[in-house]
Amino acid sequence: MTAMVKQIATEPLLSVRDLHVDFGLDEGLVRAVDGVSFDVMPGRVLGIVGESGCGKSVTMRAILQLVDEPGRITRGEIVYRRDAGDGLGSAGVDLTKLPRHGAAMRAIRGAEIALIPQEPMAAFSPVHTVGAQIVEAIRLHHRQWRPEGGGLSVNDARDIVVDLFRDVGISMPEQRVDAYSWQLSGGLRQRAMIAMALSCKPRLLVADEPTTAIDVTTQAQVLALLRELQRKHGTAIIFITHDLGVIAQMANDVVVMYLGRVVEQGPVDGIFHAAKHPYTRALLRSIPSISGATRVALPTISGTLPHPFNRPGGCPYHPRCDEKIGTVCASHVPHLTQLGNGQAASCFLHQDASETA
Amino acid sequence: MTATAAPTTAANTTATPTMATSAKPLLSVRGLQKFFPITDGGFFRKTIGQVRAVDDVSFDVVEGETLGLVGESGCGKTTTSRCILRAMEPTAGRIEFRRKDDTIVDLATLTREQLRPLRAEIQMIFQDPFGSLNPRMTLFDNVGEPLLVNGMKNRAERMDRVAELLKLVGLRAEFMHRFPHAFSGGQRQRIGIARALSTNPRLVVADEPVSALDVSVQAQVLNLLLELQQRLGLTFLFVAHDLSVVRHLSDRVAVMYVGQIVELAVTHTLFTRPLHPYTAALMRAVPVPDPRVAIGEVTLKGEVPSPANPPKGCYFHPRCAFAQDRCRQEAPALREPVPGHFVRCHFAEQLDLATQAAG
Repeated sequence: MTAMVKQIATEPLLSVRDLHVDFGLDEGLVRAVDGVSFDVMPGRVLGIVGESGCGKSVTMRAILQLVDEPGRITRGEIVYRRDAGDGLGSAGVDLTKLPRHGAAMRAIRGAEIALIPQEPMAAFSPVHTVGAQIVEAIRLHHRQWRPEGGGLSVNDARDIVVDLFRDVGISMPEQRVDAYSWQLSGGLRQRAMIAMALSCKPRLLVADEPTTAIDVTTQAQVLALLRELQRKHGTAIIFITHDLGVIAQMANDVVVMYLGRVVEQGPVDGIFHAAKHPYTRALLRSIPSISGATRVALPTISGTLPHPFNRPGGCPYHPRCDEKIGTVCASHVPHLTQLGNGQAASCFLHQDASETA
Repeated sequence: MTATAAPTTAANTTATPTMATSAKPLLSVRGLQKFFPITDGGFFRKTIGQVRAVDDVSFDVVEGETLGLVGESGCGKTTTSRCILRAMEPTAGRIEFRRKDDTIVDLATLTREQLRPLRAEIQMIFQDPFGSLNPRMTLFDNVGEPLLVNGMKNRAERMDRVAELLKLVGLRAEFMHRFPHAFSGGQRQRIGIARALSTNPRLVVADEPVSALDVSVQAQVLNLLLELQQRLGLTFLFVAHDLSVVRHLSDRVAVMYVGQIVELAVTHTLFTRPLHPYTAALMRAVPVPDPRVAIGEVTLKGEVPSPANPPKGCYFHPRCAFAQDRCRQEAPALREPVPGHFVRCHFAEQLDLATQAAG
């Protein structure tokens, strides 16, 4: 789990360690996130990929301290290294220890760690103009723009929004600032959302399926925009998606999740060309390609995703795995094991079963 | 558009056996139009304009083949499929369907009463596996209702048929007494497929049947659709926005843009030698699941124009890298420059798009 740290000699911006998020429901306990660890390096894009229910969105919400009741972070830490801003280097702060509605968390959420949500239509209020909503965010986090203090007037903030709109490629920004979200097309709305996320100069951007709700040609534009902004500002991005094509084109490093656990992680090339975990390999095989044979049966993953109340013992993937080993996989839980080149997998094919407790 | 410009026969192509065995179209759509009025919002709802959601669409679906209908949101692909099912009333055009006894009926002009016997022959698979099943009905009632409506009054007989259908789509017959909430998205989509097949339809319209599903489940449902088609000789009209999915399933593909078909060809030809700049740009925009493939430059600038106010001339010209004066003035017709390959572009023969599409 320190793979990416070794590879680049700088400190990670965000370190998630052994994170557990449980949902205590009437029917039982759901372990939505079950011991997840990864690092986000400054200026790099970390892609988190997995199917519905794998815990990728809950992980993202835990980072932002937005896990709703009855969900609770029960174990682990999320260390975010704040920019002290005084040249004294960075100080780590464990976000899980901060009160979620407290001043410290509110100063980080939205300002230093910003979110691009999946549904820009639902994320913007329909009764306020998009400009007014972004102005509100900028004035709230005015220290990001005026570190010396003193606050920002509405007009100053509005000028910032116009500049941001121009940056994200919205034409006629002066007029668009006064538009309501429902007056904008899907692509423009997502650009406005990106402008809002960038409005407080975040150091870490969390993008949760930012292009899933939009068309493929618009998606190409939005992805190009994110890449350009990332290069320009050096913002680190956590990019959450189920689309392996988008991951391949956007991410530097990839985390593959299954049933609340990290099954494999590493640099993007290794994940796509030398996947070590049977789940990663099966997932890659099951997508219809734009150049392969047509009208032939696709390789599938046998069985279905287990119900969250009915998690299999041992390796969570073993009931569906083609390569499971005898009784080992059903009775022991594999750990994420370093396999060289920064790649790590959680699988007994790559780990001696005797190592497990 | 004239009938001569429409894809009438598959005789010129030998791409798939399903097309070679039967040249007779099961469905012929000619000049289909669907306009929605724009009203002024006043008391009398005066019409002040029209959204040309489907504007002069013509195509054939040959018996036993899968025709993919692909395009971005608002291109009219769903409206087209709804008109064929007469879930919407078309504004103009003919929708000719060849019945079992070889008689041809125009679905566009039939009354609701006259349509009823045809409903069993044309069925639909819906996008949302959560919204399309009645949560208060068991699988037996959900899947068996079309049978009841079509005159199978005997409950035991219906039970046998539902059990058979559930097995056909890879579910257990005992499931028929459960309610939809007990099933996952992929299983529900199987239930929806079982219901669509209950009346032994000949034409199945599938509107985005896998877009709500996860990749691994999507692969299972795509395999099921292929297998059922081979076993039952079904004809599919497959509506989707995902190019790789459409490519995987379809014998031929029609690409729609702002209410019109801009290109229609055999799948392999369309994807390797596209003739329309929009098709080429669309394919280039699909992110390839391989980090070693260089990211294609974004060539499509701007946004899809509104079908309420389409540009003059070719609808694609404001975004087209090859647009010339003629494109700005004159709307191109759907032509057939290569047999079996239809394109709505003035300069289709002169553009070199294949290399672009590959890169």
